[in-house]
Amino acid sequence: MAERTQKQKPAPSRTEETVEEAPATAASGDKLKAELDDLLDEIDGVLETNAEDFVKSYVQKGGQ
Amino acid sequence: MAIPKVCGIETEYGIMVRGADSNPVTASSLLINSYLAVNYRKVGWDFEDEHPGHDVRGFSVDDLLAPDIETNLVNSVLTNGARYYVDHAHPEISTPECLTALEVVRYDRAAEEIIRESMVAAKSHLPDGAEILCHKNNSDGKGNSYGCHENYLLARSVPFGRIVSQVTPHFVTRQIVIGAGKVGCELPGMSADDVPYQISQRADFFEEEVGLETTLKRPIVNTRDEPHCDASKYRRLHVIVGDANMSEVATYLKVGATAIVLAMIEDDALGDDWLLANPVAAIRQVSHDPTLQRTVLLRNGRRATAVEVQWGMLERARKYERSHGLGVVGESVGTDVLARWEAVLTGLESDRSTVADVVDWVAKQRLIEGYAERHSLKVTDARLKALDLQYHDLRPDKCLAQRVGLQTMISETDVASAKTEPPTTTRAYFRGRCLAKWPADIVAANWDSLVFDIGRDPLRRVPMMEPLRGTAEHVARLIDESNTPAELLARLGA
Repeated sequence: MAERTQKQKPAPSRTEETVEEAPATAASGDKLKAELDDLLDEIDGVLETNAEDFVKSYVQKGGQ
Repeated sequence: MAIPKVCGIETEYGIMVRGADSNPVTASSLLINSYLAVNYRKVGWDFEDEHPGHDVRGFSVDDLLAPDIETNLVNSVLTNGARYYVDHAHPEISTPECLTALEVVRYDRAAEEIIRESMVAAKSHLPDGAEILCHKNNSDGKGNSYGCHENYLLARSVPFGRIVSQVTPHFVTRQIVIGAGKVGCELPGMSADDVPYQISQRADFFEEEVGLETTLKRPIVNTRDEPHCDASKYRRLHVIVGDANMSEVATYLKVGATAIVLAMIEDDALGDDWLLANPVAAIRQVSHDPTLQRTVLLRNGRRATAVEVQWGMLERARKYERSHGLGVVGESVGTDVLARWEAVLTGLESDRSTVADVVDWVAKQRLIEGYAERHSLKVTDARLKALDLQYHDLRPDKCLAQRVGLQTMISETDVASAKTEPPTTTRAYFRGRCLAKWPADIVAANWDSLVFDIGRDPLRRVPMMEPLRGTAEHVARLIDESNTPAELLARLGA
């Protein structure tokens, strides 16, 4: 088996604003959880208004 | 001896038209021509006064296109060396030939931005309220799939039988690292009740271990032998088994780890320990098990989880790094790929949430399960499938993948320049630079040749049979210093 030491992950190079509420020391997992909660709070504003119709109308021709 | 892993990705994007009727071939043509009209001043695409439909409902894009706009299958080559075309009723972009996985990520991201710009450009040729939507996914959830293919340069001398048997375990199990995730199941007779969520978009569509098909009875290893270069020396492995990734790191690991595995096979350094007894059953079983606990039967009689097979591949890769070096995939990129590959496997085994910023199927699963829990939804609720689709929606205001905190690897500046500038380290450089400098003098461009019209008969064809010739190092000065293509050809000795 290969060594399973966890490598330090490089800091995300994202340019988006960071979430103020997340403490700077928060582990990546906590930060993601907070981001997920925020996203779930606002997601209905982003989702297609009629999900059922959208899903039904999403028909593709087969490709490769 | 392994050879440099020149590589690239071709992606077929999902396409639909809203607010107007259209067939997907016409819509794809309109999408691409709209982009070319803005960016390439291509002669012949005149969209003026092409808004005959006042009633949005029942308006047909097909009518709009006739008769002034070319509805033949569009096939164009961009100045970044990529190909942008209509294939099987989908818009498709093939990245230029790249020398490292990192460069592939850059050009794959540029391709996404080109599709986004195309969607905006197409809007002005559609009636008010109508739009073309593109998704970077691989299935419509109704049994129709379209591909995201990878290509890798291999030495012709490597026995194909060895490639097939040894790369298959990687193709079957790498989905746990790079799967894009899917709500439900598209195997005949199965539904979201049986498989609420699976790891891969594509696994349901593979029915053979090896074969030539790409659109039905798809094989895990595709045998298309069309190297687009010197066939006596090279083979292009055409990989059809992968998902299109929204995560840049996933694209990086998909190409980077596979390039290393293929180099090991070329050097006969991988071995047969992980050969699978039944790859087709295994690829589905792995995809249908997001717990990652089920085992697959190996040909040697043992059983192993997909995670164990991936650890085995990584262990061999570490050994290979020590014995052979990783120069053929780019030394620093190769080392970084191994570190990130290891981090993902570690995270998948311990705390899954730690890889939710790099692994698409994990990011999507958290989103879907979080939403289902919050609203007490059944696994078959259409809203969950809508979330799945919208993860891949390329409209910036709708794209969920852009909202889940995925790590990025390529700066916005580097993505922007990759839309127009070719890689400098492959023959794509020659193709892209010539197209940018002398667009009117090139009558045909292909992967392995450029055809110039220098005003005197006959047309002059420049073959490019070596993927690593025509780089900036070889030809930048020649192109810079030539005022005309005739001068360039004279100096090339063509």
